[in-house]
Amino acid sequence: MLLLEQQPDLQSQFAHGDLDAFEALFRQFQAEVYRWIVRIVRDPGVAEELTIETFWRIHRAHARFDPTRNFAAWARRISTNVALDHLKSAHPYESLPEDVPAAASPNPGVERDRRERTARAFRQLPAKLQVAATLALIEEEPYKDIAEALGISVGAVKLRVFRALRILRKKLGEMGIEP
Amino acid sequence: MKAPKDDKIVELLKQSVRPSESALPRDLWPQMLGRLQQRSPAVPWFDWALLAALALWLCFAPSAIPLLFYHL
Repeated sequence: MLLLEQQPDLQSQFAHGDLDAFEALFRQFQAEVYRWIVRIVRDPGVAEELTIETFWRIHRAHARFDPTRNFAAWARRISTNVALDHLKSAHPYESLPEDVPAAASPNPGVERDRRERTARAFRQLPAKLQVAATLALIEEEPYKDIAEALGISVGAVKLRVFRALRILRKKLGEMGIEP
Repeated sequence: MKAPKDDKIVELLKQSVRPSESALPRDLWPQMLGRLQQRSPAVPWFDWALLAALALWLCFAPSAIPLLFYHL
C-alpha cells in the first residue's frame, strides 16, 4: 500500500531526472523487464544485457515520461523494442544450445536434428513475426498484452502470428519436416 | 485463425526453442551504474548549432578572431 502511494512521487522524481528515483524504479522493475525480454530472446546472458539497454533508454527518455502513466507498461514497451532490435541484428544460423532437454525418441540424433532445424527456421522469420509468434504461441501470453507491448492492435498481432505460422509451415515443408 | 495442423507446428516449436529461464539471477544495478557513469551526457543540438554558427562566422570574418579572444 505504502509502495503504491509512493509510486506517483517516485515516477515524478524520475521524470525530473532524479537518479535515486531511477535506482528505486530499476530495482523494482528489473526482474519484470528481464523476464519479459528472456521470453522473447530465449538467452539469459543476452537478456541481462538487453535489460541494461532497456533501462539505459528509459533513463535517457526520463523527460518524456508522463508520471501519471503506468511505468511498468512503458518499460515493457521499451524492452520489447530493445528485444526486437536485437533479433533484427542477431544471426539466425546459430546452432541450438546444448541445454535444450532431449525428448524421448527412438532416435535422439534424428530428433535433435529435426528440432535444431525447426528452431533455425523459426529464427529466420522476420523479427516482428518472430516476437509475436514467440509471445503468443510459445509463451501463450494474452494477445492484448502482446498488442500493448508492441504498440499495435490485437488484430495486427493475430495477423503477425498467422503470417509467422504460414511462413514457418512453408519453410518446414521445404526442409522435409512434417510436424 | 489457427488450423489444426498449426497446433502440431506449435507443439514442435515448443519442443525446439530454448526454454526461457525467467528468474533474474542477480542484481543488475552495479552494471547499470557502470553504464551510467561511462556515458557522458549528450551535447544538446543547439550547442552544436551555436558552435557551427560561430565557426562559419570566423571563416567568413577571420578578422573577428582577435575580437573573440578579447571577449573570452
